[in-house]
Amino acid sequence: MTFAKALERVRCESRTRSIFLTAITSFALLLIVWADMARSQEGGEQYDRVLAIGGAVTEIVYALGEEDRLIGRDSTSVYPAAAEALPNVGYIRRLSPEGVLSVQPNLILARENNGPEEAVEVLKSTGIKWVDVPDNFTIQGVDDNIRIIAEALGVREKGDALRAKITAEMEAVKARVERVADKKEALFILSMRDDKVFGSGTGTGAHGIMALAGADNAFGDFEGYKQLSNEAVIEAAPEVIIIMRRPNEDVESDHLLANKTIIEHPALSATPAVLNGNIIRVDGAKALQFGPRVSEAAQELAQALYPDELN
Amino acid sequence: MSSTDLDLRGTLDGVRASAARGDRSAVARLVIFILAIALAVAGMFSLGSGATDSSALAVTWALITGDDSAITLVERIVILDIRAPRTVLGIIVGASLAVSGAIMQGLFRNPLADPGIVGVSAGAGLGASSFIVLGSGVLAPISAFFGIYDVPFAAFIGGLVTTFLLYRVSTQNGRTSVATMLLAGIALGALTNAFTGLLVFWADDNQLRDLNFWGLGSVAGATWLKFWAVAPIILPIIILAPMMAKGLNAMTLGEATAHHLGVNVQVFKRIAIVAVAASTGAAVAVTGGIGFVGIVVPHLLRLLIGPDHRYLLPACALLGGIMLLFADAIARQIVAPAELPIGIVTATIGAPFFLWILLKRRGILDM
Repeated sequence: MTFAKALERVRCESRTRSIFLTAITSFALLLIVWADMARSQEGGEQYDRVLAIGGAVTEIVYALGEEDRLIGRDSTSVYPAAAEALPNVGYIRRLSPEGVLSVQPNLILARENNGPEEAVEVLKSTGIKWVDVPDNFTIQGVDDNIRIIAEALGVREKGDALRAKITAEMEAVKARVERVADKKEALFILSMRDDKVFGSGTGTGAHGIMALAGADNAFGDFEGYKQLSNEAVIEAAPEVIIIMRRPNEDVESDHLLANKTIIEHPALSATPAVLNGNIIRVDGAKALQFGPRVSEAAQELAQALYPDELN
Repeated sequence: MSSTDLDLRGTLDGVRASAARGDRSAVARLVIFILAIALAVAGMFSLGSGATDSSALAVTWALITGDDSAITLVERIVILDIRAPRTVLGIIVGASLAVSGAIMQGLFRNPLADPGIVGVSAGAGLGASSFIVLGSGVLAPISAFFGIYDVPFAAFIGGLVTTFLLYRVSTQNGRTSVATMLLAGIALGALTNAFTGLLVFWADDNQLRDLNFWGLGSVAGATWLKFWAVAPIILPIIILAPMMAKGLNAMTLGEATAHHLGVNVQVFKRIAIVAVAASTGAAVAVTGGIGFVGIVVPHLLRLLIGPDHRYLLPACALLGGIMLLFADAIARQIVAPAELPIGIVTATIGAPFFLWILLKRRGILDM
């Protein structure tokens, strides 16, 4: 074999090879594009078995009108009442991997602070679509969460409509609250077990809703919910006390009983709030979870805080 | 059929006869044999049952034949990554708690002694609490290093440190006083509880719930990594525990008598305490506080096969594993798809059962 012939042959082979490679590459590209198109056509509609973890997440799915796709919820998802009929996979921070898998979800929408991490890790390894929904007690947070969930469910338009509605409602509340010149100092009481006052600091749903409704948190100097010392309560002198409505909210005697505990409490009885009879009740699930009813809750709380100014 | 029947009857007669003479070793061997079979059955049941209808058989078959087509990815994960580590972890944790309980009751000559008596549980609780509460704060750098295994690791270290302190306090001139250890254990427990209380005070809402759940124990978070982390500590101790049987038998007669029987009492105590602290510490670290197994299992077996540690220790390992698997089966089925903490189950079932035994055979436990 002469050198020239050998060279010719190599050139020939390499040409065949390059044609072959090009063909394969373009075919693969075609496949990828085709698969991608198929997927984007299906959109979020492929997720017909959705598991909602977190009260606000479940509420948003209902508010988007996509509740037919829900096949399970966690124990903190109790609104709307219909949600309670769904299988309960347990407490948000104590998820059991097999329990979650047993309801056979193909999409899991999970509020941040789910756990335990080992369980979540195993669940993510199954390839089931997992979407994290952040915990953020602001209007921006609610807006983001609705967008995230609507996109995961493939109903972006519905999501945009809901976001626009809530934004408009919040603008209205904000406009009205801004007219109030003198903001009230408020104390949010989470619980009063055994005459100990557990109040809200910052970074909580309670702090968030007070800010939206135009109240100043009387205890803005610590984070989370803490037991308050009696003297600190007197010193803070809140003008308003906000508590959660009890489950059987319509029972007047129940209200009186709760009021009695507050009025007769040694420290609370000395606050301007009690002296002027300013005790406000809010619906915990509506006001504190920052779901789609947050604007409604803010409006109600603002109305209760400033009945005269806002009329 | 009839011949095996006769054999069995013959064996049982022999067992009864020797038991009547006060030698219960034949009964003990029979009980251990039955328990071994029961553990195998319980293990298979634990693998085969759960909230999803994944088939353990199908997955095993797929593993043997190498043909994955018949099973889904979810089935595979449920059996191999969720149920299997949970089953084996349940067995070794149950065995560890029961064996440690038996050793401590023998060593302290006190029927109330449980594995926690060497301070492991209190220390582990403090270690776990500090990372649950401060893991995202002051301890963040350490927490970042251990990732999601920071709490088990801290629990293990916490348990060992407390045991070491307790041991140092009760050892003088090379002699360890078990009486001092009991009392010092109470004092040290109060101190660690105070620190844990301080952490509870600092904790936010979510952390409080985590603390609560940790105290109730669970094998739901079982992973292969956790199993491999604790198996090299727990397994050798359970398997080698029967080597302590002679020493423990001698110790029931009192330390002086044990010494005259040729037991190096001080060395023996040290080995027993270290073994119990390590295996209980490892068990508590990966599952949280699971109460009652360490007390109810050894006592139950003492009633059944007598106090001879040669048989008691292996029987405890088997029954401890069975009891934990049984409790776990209930924990994961009763509120499915949610799950109960296993500590609730072991106590609600174990405690009344134990009381019933006590009522039936009052006086028998006076040691």
